[in-house]
Amino acid sequence: MVPLWMYLVVAAGLFSIGLFGVLTRRNAIAILMSIELMLNAVNINLVAFWRYNTPVDLSGQAFAAFVFVVAAAEAAVGLALIISIYRKRRSVIAEEVNMLKW
Amino acid sequence: MELTVESVVFLLLSAITLGGGLLVVSTRNLFHAGLYLMLSLLGVAGLFVLLAAPFLAGVQVVVYIGAIAILIILAVMLTPSVTQMPAIFNRNWALNLILAVLFFALLISVVSPALDDLGVDNWSANFTEDSPAAVPADSIVQLGQDLVDPDKYMLPFEVASVLLMAALIGAVLLVAPGKVGDEGEDR
Repeated sequence: MVPLWMYLVVAAGLFSIGLFGVLTRRNAIAILMSIELMLNAVNINLVAFWRYNTPVDLSGQAFAAFVFVVAAAEAAVGLALIISIYRKRRSVIAEEVNMLKW
Repeated sequence: MELTVESVVFLLLSAITLGGGLLVVSTRNLFHAGLYLMLSLLGVAGLFVLLAAPFLAGVQVVVYIGAIAILIILAVMLTPSVTQMPAIFNRNWALNLILAVLFFALLISVVSPALDDLGVDNWSANFTEDSPAAVPADSIVQLGQDLVDPDKYMLPFEVASVLLMAALIGAVLLVAPGKVGDEGEDR
């Protein structure tokens, strides 16, 4: 089978790509998409460790299921926030939402 | 790594996942970025199948691709940008690129046997396991039972339901127009 570290490298790569997207994209929805990429990388890690280390005990899959739930809730609320901001300011560029900035 | 069918499939799915991710963070058109996100999530679902977790693969397709990514595309369509073609990266993109690459190198140094092959004493386990024990045949049944077992994951399960209800109510409250004649503008 494929050794475990290859799955972990794929997950690390996906996480780094998401990290770059979160830090660099200006559009708030693109930032949210990059956050979803990072959460998926975490899920790959969880399931890979479950498969290779403890395939009999299903805690890894349960943990991944809860990550799904948290990601869904966070995406819903984040998108609601973005739509609400868009209504007020007609723009979803993250840099322009700066009223609370120093 | 020998050239088995499984390793070829793994390389293909990894290429789809990582390629889709790269396209998500670099496309100008947000709708395309949403579609590339769906492609990347499909690659992740394939990786779950390869990891003998078919239930999670199904959940990934139905929940992530079929709900979250579609919600994201809906939001993209509800928030068109009024200015034409703004820059997609902010001012610090070079620094952020260097940071992301350095972070990736840091993760690789811990996770892969690359450092160990170079002779550096890598204190963490190298995760070179490649013949794991078999998954029990009733793993999905066991997952379902674990999620409602009071000694296992019933409490996080119920808390997750409360979390979803809070997110649902919160999202509706955030976008509902306040009174009649408020600025709840839709196109």
